[in-house]
Amino acid sequence: MINQREIIETLNMIDNQHLDIRTITMGISLRNCAHPDPEICAQKMYDKITKYAENLVKTGEDLEREMGIPIINKRISVTPIAIAAESCETEDYTIFAKALDKAAKECGVNFIGGFSALVQKGFTIGDRRLISSIPEALACTDFVCSSVNVGSTRAGINMDAVKLMGETIKKTADITKDRDGFGCAKLVVFCNAVEDNPFMAGAFHGVGEPECAINVGVSGPGVVYNALKGIKGEPFDVVAETIKKTAFKITRMGQLIACEASKRLGAEFGIVDLSLAPTPATGDSVARILEEIGVEVCGTHGTTAALALLNDAVKKGGVMASSSVGGLSGAFIPVSEDEGMIAAAEKGTLTLDKLEAMTCVCSVGLDMIAVPGDTSAETISAIIADEAAIGMINNKTTAVRIIPAPNKTVGDSIEMGGLLGTAPVMPVHKESSFDFISRGGRIPAPLNSLKN
Amino acid sequence: MNAIITVVGKDKVGIIAGVCVALEKINVNILDISQTVLQNMFTMNMLVDIKNANVDYAKIVEALDKEGERLGVSIRIQKEEIFDAMHKI
Repeated sequence: MINQREIIETLNMIDNQHLDIRTITMGISLRNCAHPDPEICAQKMYDKITKYAENLVKTGEDLEREMGIPIINKRISVTPIAIAAESCETEDYTIFAKALDKAAKECGVNFIGGFSALVQKGFTIGDRRLISSIPEALACTDFVCSSVNVGSTRAGINMDAVKLMGETIKKTADITKDRDGFGCAKLVVFCNAVEDNPFMAGAFHGVGEPECAINVGVSGPGVVYNALKGIKGEPFDVVAETIKKTAFKITRMGQLIACEASKRLGAEFGIVDLSLAPTPATGDSVARILEEIGVEVCGTHGTTAALALLNDAVKKGGVMASSSVGGLSGAFIPVSEDEGMIAAAEKGTLTLDKLEAMTCVCSVGLDMIAVPGDTSAETISAIIADEAAIGMINNKTTAVRIIPAPNKTVGDSIEMGGLLGTAPVMPVHKESSFDFISRGGRIPAPLNSLKN
Repeated sequence: MNAIITVVGKDKVGIIAGVCVALEKINVNILDISQTVLQNMFTMNMLVDIKNANVDYAKIVEALDKEGERLGVSIRIQKEEIFDAMHKI
């Protein structure tokens, strides 16, 4: 029998350290839903999603009850709509967003991702139509998430898409201004987007994926934080070992739930995403882990090194615990969703520039950041370009989820509610990037040798 | 199929008896018990076999919740797999 100490350790992680399964995401291919008539195509999408994901929420709840571990979110990702709907004879893709939203509500999930386009090398007709529909689609739906991939290490960066996404983010903020630009919280711009990511808002079911797959994202910043509290003053080798061991235990939960969920739902087991995903709850913060490692406030000198160690150790520990690792896998640093990040940003220690540096060594990128409402589309595009360049050169996924909060300025904050949290409005550089963004074209793919 | 039951709460007379009777009623077999009282806090872990239970899992949870409420302690049941997954390689 498992000994008492081990039982208590597990219960402590769940009860006091916010250990949970962050999401079970069912990826569903919509490639066979194509039809020239948009109404029929949307109906086919709705029917397929509701059929495949009919028992997703119930299965999640059953597992939660049986295993005694909270499963916070049940979600769905679908084939990028720019591909699935491309054969439809319509300019306006909001009809598909509405179908996805309706299907999400019918299934009882809290987000559905895949209102997406992959344009790293150029646009197709469907890509252009989808991107122009994003603001309206995000405004008229509740649960639909959108993402656009504008660059990759193999293709370079599509600067026309970067320009377009700056404008799209501004439009989305404007059209949802009664909710502080909330639409932008559901819109991610990627470089090197992954096809099996279970986390929102960037989840979509890639074209190389099977018909239906279960991808699971674990969480556990609180558990890592508490483990580190026990080794104050110890050298970094001990810190790395402790994080690895903790990540292993957390990931084993994810592996168990992913195997069981895929078996019960008759879907393929896709991947376990090893990310440390924070929430706004006290004690569930990645920033506080960095502070426990030794930086006084997240964002001060040393933060990037601490994050690099954390991110690497999480992966090393997690890889052995799962038979299939994928998704974004790393430490997330979404500002509004992390109590410690919010505090550090409000204090002014954590700046946009420091966050950008941090994204070089951790999962994803500039995430859930509010900037002043008068930030120009070109400045937002330039922020996206910088972030995409980091991803392209370093062969990693980077993303920008930024909210130019309408009528808000530095010192204000916006309230997103729930897991999305509170975002303090952070300052951006005032100097213009207009000429830079106006050039358009493509930044060529980088050389992958002669590394310096 | 095995599960772990954890009982935590203020110590008093009859906690083990109450839990055992509740389990007998639903035909859940006890395989192992480990129990201690630390600073007046009663802590017990039980390994049980629920294969022959005469009710489904949700009803087992319900029965234990009800008994926990009566005894003024927290009773939780979780499948053994979660502990095995975390602590065994």
